[in-house]
Amino acid sequence: MAGFDHLKPTYFEECAELLDVAYDQLPAIADARADAETIHAIFRAIHSIKGGGGAFGFDRMVAFAHRLETVLDLLRDGRLALQPQIGSLLLRSTDVLSDLIAGARTGEEPETGMEADLLQDLRNLEAGAATTVIAADEAQTAPAPAAPALAPRRYRIGFSPHANLFRSANEPLLILRELRRLGMLQVSPDISRLPELAALDPDDAYLAWTLQLETTASRVAIEEVFEFVADDCALSIEAESDAEAAQPASPASAPAGRDAHAAPAEAEPPRAAAPPTAPQAPSLSIRVDVDKVDRLVNLVGELVINQAMLVQLGTYLPPELGSGLITGLETMSQHLRELQESVMAIRAQPVRSVFSRMPRLVRELSAQLGKEVKLVLTGEATEIDKTVIEQLADPLTHLLRNALDHGIEPPDVRQAAGKPRQGTIHLGAEHRGGRIVIEISDDGAGISRAKVLAKARARNLVAADANLSDEEIDQLIFLPGFSTAEAVTDVSGRGVGMDVVKRNIQALGGRIAVESRAGRGSRFLLSLPLTLAILDGMAVAVGPETYIIPLTNIMESLRPKPDSIHAVIGRGDVLAIRGEYVPLTYLHRRFQVPGAVDDPCQGIVVIVESEGTARVGLVVDELLGQLQVVVKSLEANYGPVPGVGGATILGDGRVALILDVSRLDDRKLDRPHQPPRPAAIPSLH
Amino acid sequence: MNPNPDGAAPMQQNGPAATPVSATLADIAQQFITFTLDAQEYGVDIMMVREIKGWTETTALPQAPHYVRGVINLRGIIVPILDLRARFGMGATEPSRMHVVIIVTTAARTTGLLVDAVSDIVSVEPGAIRAVPQMGQPIEESFLEGLVPLGDRMVTLVSLEGLIGATQAGGTEPHLH
Repeated sequence: MAGFDHLKPTYFEECAELLDVAYDQLPAIADARADAETIHAIFRAIHSIKGGGGAFGFDRMVAFAHRLETVLDLLRDGRLALQPQIGSLLLRSTDVLSDLIAGARTGEEPETGMEADLLQDLRNLEAGAATTVIAADEAQTAPAPAAPALAPRRYRIGFSPHANLFRSANEPLLILRELRRLGMLQVSPDISRLPELAALDPDDAYLAWTLQLETTASRVAIEEVFEFVADDCALSIEAESDAEAAQPASPASAPAGRDAHAAPAEAEPPRAAAPPTAPQAPSLSIRVDVDKVDRLVNLVGELVINQAMLVQLGTYLPPELGSGLITGLETMSQHLRELQESVMAIRAQPVRSVFSRMPRLVRELSAQLGKEVKLVLTGEATEIDKTVIEQLADPLTHLLRNALDHGIEPPDVRQAAGKPRQGTIHLGAEHRGGRIVIEISDDGAGISRAKVLAKARARNLVAADANLSDEEIDQLIFLPGFSTAEAVTDVSGRGVGMDVVKRNIQALGGRIAVESRAGRGSRFLLSLPLTLAILDGMAVAVGPETYIIPLTNIMESLRPKPDSIHAVIGRGDVLAIRGEYVPLTYLHRRFQVPGAVDDPCQGIVVIVESEGTARVGLVVDELLGQLQVVVKSLEANYGPVPGVGGATILGDGRVALILDVSRLDDRKLDRPHQPPRPAAIPSLH
Repeated sequence: MNPNPDGAAPMQQNGPAATPVSATLADIAQQFITFTLDAQEYGVDIMMVREIKGWTETTALPQAPHYVRGVINLRGIIVPILDLRARFGMGATEPSRMHVVIIVTTAARTTGLLVDAVSDIVSVEPGAIRAVPQMGQPIEESFLEGLVPLGDRMVTLVSLEGLIGATQAGGTEPHLH
């Protein structure tokens, strides 16, 4: 099936969506409140995954999906009662299925036999459900032990396709082949309706078949073969042995002869009879290449800049000409802004795609840690830029792990503290003031401040005599190399904890905050921009140049007094601020810009901080104002520039560089241009 | 054939000294846009020229080589401008409104070349291109593709891959990510 390879990415995308559907609905089964519609939705999802997987030859995954599907089918028919254990079994099975899919995608086969236990559990369920339900195809489910073999049964199947079946691009031959895989198949065509050649309508269906199938497979398995065509054909399945003959007729059977074409046709169902223009249900969404959307985003960004330039030009015109133009341009500006938002909205996706991975994590971890935890998700439909979503998974995983590992107490401890044995973790998202706020809160023990402080002192992260407020102590957990886990566990606490989370969030232009109450739990708030394509920045002037400093990096800005600037020999200057010494970086020296203010007391010092690097004061001439800029790549046509994260285009059409504060701290370039001292210390590199 | 995606003509005029080319020759001949630096005439493959525009102020890039004038906004993309005179070791250009930037695209990169003026479009038969003699000139040989005699003039063909590839490698300080 190598010819289908180009379809694989689409298939895996669909798998992800289908798994999401399944995960969405599965909790209802665990809570035993699922209705037939819910089960059917899960069944369809698993069935579609199986169907596609078969086409690509992912046998292992298909075999597992098949087993899962069979159990779902039993639930759907009511032959298996809804129980919480089944819900959790199905959840774990879906987890394994998603692993198998991931294996098929990456080509890295998951460990052999990892699904064997679950397969056996699923089988046991089947066996318990009804003796008439039998394992269909042992050959396919190689890793699992064989189920008891049962005597083959004969079925008589009447299959008469309607013209619509061909129009939806289905092929009876494939269905017959599929049946043949279930057992011995005898096929006799019914050509009685075939008309004279002259009267033959090539788009109509005239053929029918009578099939004799001898198989150990269940009626359900046979019905499944016709799953996709059941509505487009007359179908009857009768068991010749009495055991199944007593069963009511399959719901899939449609009254025969609904299509009363009494005319016969040529012997072979020609492919031409299935026109490729199959009428499809109107789709409510389309799949679009992200590149196309990005191009739209870029173009709209250009329009916004162009419009700003026109407004500026309009102001040069005499008022009698200019005023009308400017009014028109302002209207245009509103439309453009709407257009920009709409285009951005295309890129936006609900956070569900990353949230939906978390229940599994919580399930597995709580089992591993012996804790009872309920995860509550809210605001999954909140939309945020696709690129941001992709980079959220790691930080969220980390925060959840922490909440489970350090936050939620073991059940007995909780009970002793008068709390319910089961802990609750809340993961929620909402839009707030043009940003998205994600909250991870737990009702656990809260941050143990005494422990945090002791650890921080032990690691020299704070001075031994420092007097810190509760909030300041909470902030210590974000320091690099800080970990409070008493024992380093598999789960978290490898010393690369919250500082990495903070760095990841900051790299996304976000901020992270923590609130904690002893014995009541902790709450982490992540505030993120809706998109990475647009950045909130502060424009600063350095000589004739304008630079943009990302707002998320800026702590404060001030004009220092002369007595707060001190020179440190060989190290440049520092600014004394509230008992702390902040090194100064003169942007004009760093970037070799002539004609800039050299005295910090004449200019402005912007104090910036970034991902774990110490605070630095940037000396600039003046602040020009806060603005939203569209981020452009410098690397596309040039290359990386140290200290510069990208570029943007200002309202006058000129390019301004956006500073990358984390890469600006290049001390040696920062010293005043002095002759090197004779006993220069060799620099370490 | 039009290398300019905007449909605007890349050249306003053909110079008076344009070499007359017969239609049959033009089919197999390569076309070059020629430009001047001081009195010298250089040529670049017309198929790589995206557009020609007047000089606009650039935004300087920190720690860039001396021949990188900075970047400009070309309808929303950020394009670096190379001072070709400086690149060829002939001193920095003092750009005025009369100076011209040739926007060229090589591989996936778009770059602007600051030159004195654009002079001509010439068709050159492949056989007419002479190898560049080794002369120990300040211009690196990888920048040059060949020499073309045009009557009493001589056009030096510039290798854009060599030029921009070299800029790419040495254009920024090597640093680790």
